[in-house]
Amino acid sequence: MSKLLSLLFGRLPIGWLQLSHSKGRLIAAVSGVAFANLLVFMQLGIMGALNNSTIAPYALLDTDIIVSSQAGNTLTDSDNIAQVWMFQALGVPGVSAAMPIYIGNLPITLDDGTSVTLLVFGVDATKPAFVSRAIAQLLGQLTIENTALIDKGTRGIPPDVIADIIAGNAFSFEANGRTISAIATMDVGGGFLADGMIVTSDQSFFRLFAARSSAASNHILLQVDEGVSHDAVATRLRAILPAHSVKVQTVQEAAGADLAFMSTQRPTGIIFGFGVFMGILVGLVIVYQVLSTDVADHLGEYATFKAMGYGSSFFLGIVFEEAIVLAVFGFIPGLIVSMGLYAGLVSVTGLPVEMDVGRAVLVFLGTLTACTISGAIATRRLARADPADLF
Amino acid sequence: MADIDAIQVQDLNHFFGAGDARKQAIFDINLTIERGGLTILMGPSGSGKTTLLTLIGALRDVQFGNIRVLGRELNGADQSALVQLRRRLGFIFQAHNLHESLTATQNVMMGLQVHGPGNAAKQRAAVHHILDLLGLSDRWDYLPGNLSGGQKQRVAVARALVSNPEIILADEPTAALDKASSQTVVELLKALGQRRGATTVMVTHDPRILELADRIITLEDGRIVSDQRNN
Ligand SMILES: Nc1ncnc2c1ncn2[C@@H]1O[C@H](COP(=O)(O)OP(=O)(O)OP(=O)(O)O)[C@@H](O)[C@H]1O
Ligand SMILES: [Mg+2]
Repeated sequence: MSKLLSLLFGRLPIGWLQLSHSKGRLIAAVSGVAFANLLVFMQLGIMGALNNSTIAPYALLDTDIIVSSQAGNTLTDSDNIAQVWMFQALGVPGVSAAMPIYIGNLPITLDDGTSVTLLVFGVDATKPAFVSRAIAQLLGQLTIENTALIDKGTRGIPPDVIADIIAGNAFSFEANGRTISAIATMDVGGGFLADGMIVTSDQSFFRLFAARSSAASNHILLQVDEGVSHDAVATRLRAILPAHSVKVQTVQEAAGADLAFMSTQRPTGIIFGFGVFMGILVGLVIVYQVLSTDVADHLGEYATFKAMGYGSSFFLGIVFEEAIVLAVFGFIPGLIVSMGLYAGLVSVTGLPVEMDVGRAVLVFLGTLTACTISGAIATRRLARADPADLF
Repeated sequence: MADIDAIQVQDLNHFFGAGDARKQAIFDINLTIERGGLTILMGPSGSGKTTLLTLIGALRDVQFGNIRVLGRELNGADQSALVQLRRRLGFIFQAHNLHESLTATQNVMMGLQVHGPGNAAKQRAAVHHILDLLGLSDRWDYLPGNLSGGQKQRVAVARALVSNPEIILADEPTAALDKASSQTVVELLKALGQRRGATTVMVTHDPRILELADRIITLEDGRIVSDQRNN
């Protein structure tokens, strides 16, 4: 280690030697950084899962533009929109097709007595063009009343039941006084939104939700002619639909708005954002404490080095070297423990919590930056190393 | 180069504190120290020996008067010029001031690396050579915590001498040592200084060391009161 750093710096790695000499301090600092990393990773992991779940249902759909009520918040937290706007929209040049989509929350009780809430998407079973390719293949089967596709990740449904469905044995459950048959599975992973999801035909949807009618859907999905700009069509739609009650978004805009809503308007998003901030703060304070105590403890040595002719950049170098050592040595255990906890979270909650390289790199760079900032603050104490005090 | 005196001090006055607490520590000192030899600074406690030594060593700003060290004027010199000059000097302090996390070799290495990275193998060889000269051949890789007081002070001497400084400034380098170790350290210092042609200025109270001096300057209340040469 020492040799490697010597080669790297072209000088003795004083910072490293200093830190590794006081083992207690090194361990405290590294655990502090690791802990801060852990905090940040957990918050980001859960926030990532929240984001994944927020936009997961979009994977069910194949649409270019979504028309919704202004009163709604997100795809799955929406208000009703009158069917009349669909006919208006179809008259706009560039719009090639439209489909209303119906969404509802369905509480069910499973055989073992557990209650779960399913998010139900009611779609026109004769319009495979509006759903993802995987679902389009199964869509024809939904024309049979009271059938559904069920998400593999649905909580409360044991894996062997899912395997059974895939093998061709439908799984039936009671809901709102009707028996629904899950005849095939799909991969969505809703996580935070609901315990699970099913897709049914709009006809089955109206049976399940007697209060809903085809006059008002949750959204109107639109497809745009080949080669026509989605934005341009959206602009045209906005010009004719009443902006105070109807919102027109391209699918990208809608997903982006859902993410923004969930991370800034919902307490969960705000709490996780605050958690990340706390993690960074904890790391900054611990590293600052360790580095500034270390500088204070070595003022005599630094004054000696100053007397010998070392300039200020040398001392800054030592402190930054220490900051980098702490960042690297704290990050590695932080990452490993976080990955372990992610795996634990996935198995306990089924939330889509996963470590991606981008996040790891981001957190590492953040750790380096935070450690460097702490180091920079700690170097202010260096000025107190006065060689005139040595004799 | 060699014709420039090592140290020239002209009309030097130095004050500590400000306002009512202002106190003069150095009064009208004029002094020239030629190259080579061992000059000893003596005098009672508080007579200004350390103050004079730190002024010469560019560790303290010159207030009034002039000091030229190796031909460089210190009064008004900028910080980087002072840093450059310090690299040509070797300091030995009363306390060894070794870095506790560095081995003897690494501590001495710091005296070399101040001049830039250089060839690590050659630097190690030079460091080991000087540690051997100071009788520390079996202590190369010891941390200061595992060395005796005399050994630590010898490492400090090695650190000051390893880069062949033109001037060595030592303030009571033997104060913390027993008699035998003091004698060894000063003899080694003198021998190495002579061999390498360095100018040594040392503050000491130790009478046995006086015999080794080429010149003895005595201070009292911030003034030079005697200046004798031993021939
Ligand atoms: N940093 C300082 N602040 C204020 N006064 C100081 C300071 N350093 C030294 N002095 C004063 O300057 C005078 C000379 O001090 P100096 O340390 O040079 O004496 P010295 O000859 O080295 O004494 P000693 O033999 O005790 O080391 C003393 O009166 C001392 O109190
Ligand atoms: Mg003194």
